[in-house]
Amino acid sequence: MTDTLDTTPDAFQARLQAFEGRPVGPPTVAPDEVNQAMIRHWVEAMGDENPVYLDEEAARANGFPGVVAPATMLQAWVMRGLRASLEADRARAEGSTADPTAYDELFLLLDGAGFTSVVATNCDQDYRRPLVLGDRLTATAVIEAVSAQKQTGLGDGHFVTTRLDFTDAAGAEVATMRFRILRFKPKPVTAEAPPAGTDAPRPRRPRPALTEDIAFFFEGAKEGKLLIQRCASCGKLRHPPLPACPHCRSFDWDTVESTGRGTVFSFVVTHYPQVPGFDYPLPIAVVELEEGTRIVAGLTGIDVGAIEIGMAVEVELVAVDEDLTLPMFRPAGPAATGAR
Amino acid sequence: MGFERSFAGTTAICGIGATEFSKASGRSELRLAVEAVAAALADAGIEPDEVDGLCTFSQDTNPEIDVARALGMGELSFFSRIHYGGGAACATVHQAAMAVATGTAEVVVCYRAFNERSGYRFGTGVQDRPPVANAENAAMAWNSPHGLLTPASWVAMFARRYMHLSGATSEDFGRVSVADRRHAATNPAAWFYGQPITLEDHQASRWIVEPLHLLDCCQETDGGQALVVTSLDRARSLPRPPAVIRAAAQGAGNQQHMMTSYYRDDMGGLPEMGVVGRQLWGTSGLGPADVQSAVLYDHFTPFVLCQLEELGFCGRGEAKDFLADGNIEIGGTLPVNTHGGQLGEGYLHGMNGIAEAVRQVRGTAVNQVPGTEHVLVTAGTGVPTSGLILGVDR
Ligand SMILES: [Zn+2]
Repeated sequence: MTDTLDTTPDAFQARLQAFEGRPVGPPTVAPDEVNQAMIRHWVEAMGDENPVYLDEEAARANGFPGVVAPATMLQAWVMRGLRASLEADRARAEGSTADPTAYDELFLLLDGAGFTSVVATNCDQDYRRPLVLGDRLTATAVIEAVSAQKQTGLGDGHFVTTRLDFTDAAGAEVATMRFRILRFKPKPVTAEAPPAGTDAPRPRRPRPALTEDIAFFFEGAKEGKLLIQRCASCGKLRHPPLPACPHCRSFDWDTVESTGRGTVFSFVVTHYPQVPGFDYPLPIAVVELEEGTRIVAGLTGIDVGAIEIGMAVEVELVAVDEDLTLPMFRPAGPAATGAR
Repeated sequence: MGFERSFAGTTAICGIGATEFSKASGRSELRLAVEAVAAALADAGIEPDEVDGLCTFSQDTNPEIDVARALGMGELSFFSRIHYGGGAACATVHQAAMAVATGTAEVVVCYRAFNERSGYRFGTGVQDRPPVANAENAAMAWNSPHGLLTPASWVAMFARRYMHLSGATSEDFGRVSVADRRHAATNPAAWFYGQPITLEDHQASRWIVEPLHLLDCCQETDGGQALVVTSLDRARSLPRPPAVIRAAAQGAGNQQHMMTSYYRDDMGGLPEMGVVGRQLWGTSGLGPADVQSAVLYDHFTPFVLCQLEELGFCGRGEAKDFLADGNIEIGGTLPVNTHGGQLGEGYLHGMNGIAEAVRQVRGTAVNQVPGTEHVLVTAGTGVPTSGLILGVDR
C-alpha cells in the first residue's frame, strides 16, 4: 500500500478499522485486592452512606456474602496511580515510550490526519457480580470500534470505543466497561451552524442583558406585545428605553403597545461570519414604527433581494427559543394595511 | 486670554515606534506594547526613566504599570485610559498633551497593542447566556439577539441609509479601498505592500454584510504602536523635528450610541465627528484648505465619505464626487491615508495613522506629500471619537 492510496477517505478508514480488536496493551493487574480502606475513602468522598459498603452485618442483611465494593469503583481497582500515569504521559510526549501501544499508534494516525482534539463522550459498565473484599481484578483493554468520520457539534471526528474486560483471580468475568471518546478536528472560532442531520441541538441566539431599565420590553414580547416606553409626564415615546425622559427629565414612565406597523428605514443582509443560531443570508432592518420610534429587528418571510428602504412591514412576535421572544418584521399584507 | 496653559501649539509628538504589523505576532500583547513603547522612546531620544505619564485605550489589555515596570520607568504621575474602542486613538494624544501643558507630566507615552487577528477577534465571543446586566451590555440587547453582531454589520446599516440619502454607490466606497491599497503598495511596513487593487477587485470581492464587500473592511492585525508626547520646548531639543499638536479634540454627538446610533433624525452622518471637526478648526484657526493630507479612520470604507463631509472637505452628500478621479490619492487635492490606512497598512485601532501624520510632518513618509504644513488625523467612527491636527514647527 502506498502513501498516495492511504490518503483517500476509504483507505484511511480501512487503516483505522484495522485497529478494531487489537489489545491496547498487556493486561493490567490491580495493585491491591478489593479492600476496606480504599472503599472507605471512596464512599466518604462520594458522600455515599449505604451501609453495605462498610458494615458486614448490613451487607449480609441485604443478601450479600459480606461487605461489597461500590460498583462504580470498578475502574479504580486497576488504576496505576498518579505518578505512573504522569511518567507514562511524559514518556509519550518525549517519544521515548519503549513499546508503543495500539492506542499510541492509533492516536498518532488520527493526529496526523488533523483529528487532534479529544473529548470523552460516554462510559457504560456491566456488572456480573458484586466485588467483595479480597477480590483481585485484572483488566484487559481492547479497541472495540473506530467509527467512520462523523459530523458533530464540536467538529468532524471519529469515535473510538475501548472495551475493558475485568476478571477475578480465577479468570471469571466480573464486569465489562465500554469507554468512548471522540477524536475531532477543532472548528474555527466563528464556525457555521452544524448542518442539518446532526444530532446536536440547535445553538441558541445570543441572550439580551436584561437590566431593570429594559426588561419590560422582552417580557412584553413574551406576551405577544411590542411595547414602547412612554414618558408618564410629557407623554413622549422613546426607544431604546432610558431611565429618564430626555425631553422633561421625568423618571416616571409607562408603556404603550405598538400597532406593529412600520417601514424599513435601513437594512443589511448578513453573510459572514455565520454565527450558530441564525440562518444565512440573514436580513436585519432598522424599522421606523408608525408611532415614530425606530427599532432594530430581523426580517422574516421576505426575499432578501426584494427588501427596499420605505417598504411597509408589520411585526410578528417570534419565540426563537423557549425563553426568548423577539419582534421580527414581515412585509405588510394588503389586509394588514387596509382593514386595521 | 487664558490660553497660556493650552496644549495647542505648546506640545508635540517627539517620537513614534511600532512593532511589525502581522497576522500572528507569536508573542504576548504586553510584549508588543513594551516593544512599541521602547521603540518610540528610542526614536524620541528619551530614556524610559524620564517617562512620567502613560495613556492608552480602556480596551487595551496592557496595564500602564506593567509597561512601566518592564521598561524601568519608575514613578508615574499621570495615567489615563480612554473608552469607546478606536474612538480613543487621537484622544490619547489629546490627554497626554493636556497633562504636559498643565504640568501634570513631562513625558507621556501613548500606546495600543493587541493580537487582534491571532488572539481575541472583535465580533466574536457570543455566548448562550445573558451577559452581566449593566447598561453597556444592555445596549447590545437591541442588536445581538437579531444577529446584528459585528462591527461590519453595524456600519453596513449606516452605509445603506447613507447610500439612500446621498446616492453614493458601492463603487464610491470601493474608491476608498483602491486609494488605501495604492498607498500601501509602496509602503514596505504595510501588510499589503506591493498589492494594489482595482475597483473591479473590490466589486468582485465577496459580501460580508450587504452593502459591504470584503474589500470595504479593514484588516485584522497583530501589533503595537506608541507615540511620545512632550512640551514643544523639550521637543525642540530632541533629535527629531517636532510634530506640533495644533489641535486635539474629543466628540460625542447628540443621541449617541456605540456603533448603532440608528435613532437620530439623520442617520446619514457622523455628527460626533462634526463635534470633533468644529473644535479642531476652531482651536487651530485652520480650515480644510490648510491641510495637505488627512488620515481618516477607515475600519470600513463608507465612514471615510461621511468624515469628508463632517470635517468640511465637501458638502453633505458630496463625498462621492469629492473622491472621484483619484482625488484622495497621492497627487490629488487631499491625499487620504498615505500609509495605506487600516485597510492597507494595518489595523492598529487608529494609532498607526497618527504615526503616519507625524512622518508627513517630519517629511519622512514613504508617500510624502510635498509642502506639508498640517495633517489632520481622526479616530474611530460610529463611536464617540477624537481627532488631531499636527503641524510643522514654524
Ligand atoms: Zn417627558
